[in-house]
Parts: sequence; structure tokens; C-alpha cells
Amino acid sequence: MRAWLQHHRLSLAQTAARLAGSPFATTLNVLAIGVALALPFGGYCLLANLESLSRKVSVDPQLTVFLARDAAKVDVAAVETRLKGARGVRAVRFVSRDAALADLGRAGLEEVIASLPQNPLPDAFVVTLSASDPMLADRLELDFKSLPKVAYVQADSAWVRRLDALLRLGRTGVVLLSGLLGIALVAVTFNTIRLQILTQRDEIELCRLIGATHAYIRRPFFYLGSLLGLLGGLAALGIVATGLAILNRDLGALTQLYGADLRLSLPGPREMGVVLGSAAALGWLGAHLSVSRHLLGRGRK
Amino acid sequence: MAIISLHQVSKRYPGGFEALKVVSFSVERGEMLFLTGHSGAGKTTLLKLIAAIEHANGGTVLVNGQNVSSMRSAAIPYLRRNLGLVFQGQKLLYDRSVFDNVMLPLIVTGQPYREAARRARAALDKVGLLNREKANPVTLSGGEQQRLCVARAVVNRPAILLADEPTASLDAAYAHEIMEMFHAFHQVGVTVLVATHDQQLIGKYRKRVLTLDHGRLQ
Repeated sequence: MRAWLQHHRLSLAQTAARLAGSPFATTLNVLAIGVALALPFGGYCLLANLESLSRKVSVDPQLTVFLARDAAKVDVAAVETRLKGARGVRAVRFVSRDAALADLGRAGLEEVIASLPQNPLPDAFVVTLSASDPMLADRLELDFKSLPKVAYVQADSAWVRRLDALLRLGRTGVVLLSGLLGIALVAVTFNTIRLQILTQRDEIELCRLIGATHAYIRRPFFYLGSLLGLLGGLAALGIVATGLAILNRDLGALTQLYGADLRLSLPGPREMGVVLGSAAALGWLGAHLSVSRHLLGRGRK
Repeated sequence: MAIISLHQVSKRYPGGFEALKVVSFSVERGEMLFLTGHSGAGKTTLLKLIAAIEHANGGTVLVNGQNVSSMRSAAIPYLRRNLGLVFQGQKLLYDRSVFDNVMLPLIVTGQPYREAARRARAALDKVGLLNREKANPVTLSGGEQQRLCVARAVVNRPAILLADEPTASLDAAYAHEIMEMFHAFHQVGVTVLVATHDQQLIGKYRKRVLTLDHGRLQ
């Protein structure tokens, strides 16, 4: 057990020394892996930020029910009762035509309003739904449209659904990109390990002659692959963090104009851990393929 | 009891060349013997069969009671840990010091570092290279390099020492020195099998001599 641990420590130290011994080649390899991982990871970050933004905006799915202009007080009361009684409705707020006009006035349209002969706005209800469920919104929209003296129902969630569909498309894109560039990572480590095996051919053959087990000979290469993947993952995090910082600078100027506070942020430590872990695992896979291809089948040599 | 025993062993290389033809002999534990014959007679092949570097096409090769010809490849490393090999053209690693070259077999077999370092220095001392332990092997003379190979072969205290033309590239004085080392190992109980075509050296020691001729034992 102690011997086993000692060899693991030794393999790791040797591998690290080997990587440090050829800094230029190591840097290039790590950068190649880093860039390959940064693309899907960066895409994922942008999507995650957009998603959290869309969640923030659409916390309260709403329907606005506009009444006909000739609706009397009795009609308004009848509609209100029906709205409040519908399943899936959390709150109903009445906006009278006068209140709506006053709102418009506050929004800076006083002059326009003053020039109108009469209030053109209808009475309306703002209905807040109990769940952000497009199906529910669709059903209630149809129901409310059929109520007497209801002129028009506007679903505020339509654009959220469109955004949702776009995000789904984005997610599929990120998954495809991750798959493709994951293969690229495996290919890069496969080739690096192949070259390393060729460089160390004498040492490998000698180790076999003096009684090294297969596991002993393969172990340093597994470490090399995993370490390359891990360093590439760190490079990817660095690249994405730098990219987000640059984007945030420009975004800051833009959001100031709109009076909003919007910043792109890196995902949490769990996601970053997943990126580093899968990078190391893919590096290990590349090493495994390369070692199986180039070292096995020479057992008796 | 025989530590090495070959029974009707044949070896044919791909392409049809028959290196060994129905060879049988056995070596007692602690014995020292020479294997001789013209170049291409099959000396190297025979040593490679014992070390499981090559596979026999027929017959059985027993080493330490284990049948090498039918051994699983995962068991071969453990067989080799009992063998000290000094082979022709055997590589020293020039990317590390003399000391680290001798350490390699001990690290491979998982010796604790302190103990390994002590044994590596003892082995270097035995072959007279202790004062060169920090040098790169490339700076050693041919004789010194061969002595380094011997140190590396014996550092694990193997039961059997196999040497293939260990004196081939050395002048007479160095050759004698190396052979004396092998003799010393034999005297402390190591089984030593030396393949050489140097009849003068063989004549100096009164040991059993196996002679191969075109793959057959005479």
C-alpha cells in the first residue's frame, strides 16, 4: 500500500516536472484545450445569465383583460367575479379607464391626452396567474375571451415563451458544441500522449525488462492526460472570466442608459467543478485510448 | 533442485528462421555456467526465452518452478523481478544520473525510498562507481557503462543473473573485471548464466559450458 502510494506520488511529481520541463509545448497544448472548452463553457455562461434574467422578468405571469367600451358597472362586477373564481388565478387588479388615462399622463403624454375629446381607454383587469405555465395561460386566455363584454385579452407571457424557445435552441447548440469540442480535447491528449510514449520508448522497454507492471507503466500517462485536461479546464475558466469581464464593461454603459443593473456572472462553484472534472476526465480518456493503442500488445517485449 | 529447466524447447521466428531446435538442459540453484557458440547460434534467443521476452514455439521453459511459456502476461513482471538482466545493447537512461539509473529497478518494485537509496549506493560501491553517482551515464567510459548495467541488474538481489555478451565491447582488462564480478555474485549464491563467445574468459573459470551450434545443444 505504501509502495503504491509512493509510486502515485512519484508519477504525479514526474508528470508535473515533465510538463514544466517543456513549458512552450505545454502552454500550447493547454491553450488548445482551453480554447476548445471555453467555447461551449462561454456559451453556457451566456445562456445561464439570460435564463436567470428571464426568470426574474417573468416571475408573475399576467393576462390583461380589456373590457368593451360600453361595459356598465354591473358588467364590470360580473367579469370581476368570474375572473376571481377561475382556477389558476392568484390575484385580480382592476384598472379603471380613468386610472389608465392618469397613468398615461404620468408617462409624459399629457399633451396628447389633453388634445383628446374623450377618454379612449377601456376598463381593464390585470390578472396574475398562480403558475408560470404557458398551457394555463393559453387556457385562461381563451376562457376570458369568451366572457360577455370582454373585448380583448393580452397575454404578457408570449415574449417569455419566445425567449424560452430561443434558450432551448441555445442549450441544444451548447450541448452539440460541447460534444464536438470534447472530442477535440480527447484528440489533443491522445496525440500528446502518443508523442510522449514515443519519446520515452527506451525507458518503457527498460522498465518492462526490470519487472514493471502494466499499471506502473501506464500510470504516468494517465496522470499526464488528466493534468493536461485539468490545466486546459482552468485555462477555459480564465478565458471565459476574461471574456465576461470585457463584455460587462460594455454592458455597463448600455444598461446605464436603460437605468437597469445587468451584469454577466460566472456560474457557481458547482458548475465550475463540473467543467474542471469533465476536462480532467476527457484528458484521462484520451490518455487511456492512446496508451491502449500504443502500449498494449507489446507485453512480452 | 533445478532453478532453470528447458525441456525440448524450439523457437522459430516469423519468416521461418529456426533459432533453437529441441533444446533441453537444466541449471542448479546457485550454479554458474557459460553459454557459448558462434554468432547466430541461438544464445540470445535462449536467454530471451528464460526472461519471457520471447515465446517458445514448442517445449517448456521452467524458471523457479514456473512455466514461463504458458505464463499470463500480467505475471511476467513478477518473474522478471527475480532476474538480473545484462543484455547486449541494453539502454542506460541518459536523461538521469548514474544513481537514478540504479534506483529504477527498486522504484519499479516499490521499495521505500530510503532503503532503495541505501541499496543503490551499495550496488554502485560493489561495481566501483560510487564516486560517480551524480554523473550522467553519457560521461562514463564503455567499461564503466557496462559496470553500471551490472549494478542495475543486481541491485534488486535477483536469484538469477542472465548476461548476454557482457564483455563484447570491452578490452581484456575490463572484460576480466566484469567476469570477476559475476563470479563474486555466484559465490554468494546467485545463479549466473553468461552467454559469451570469448573462449579465453571461459577457460579461466572451471564452470559448466553449454555450446550451441545452429540452434542445437552440442
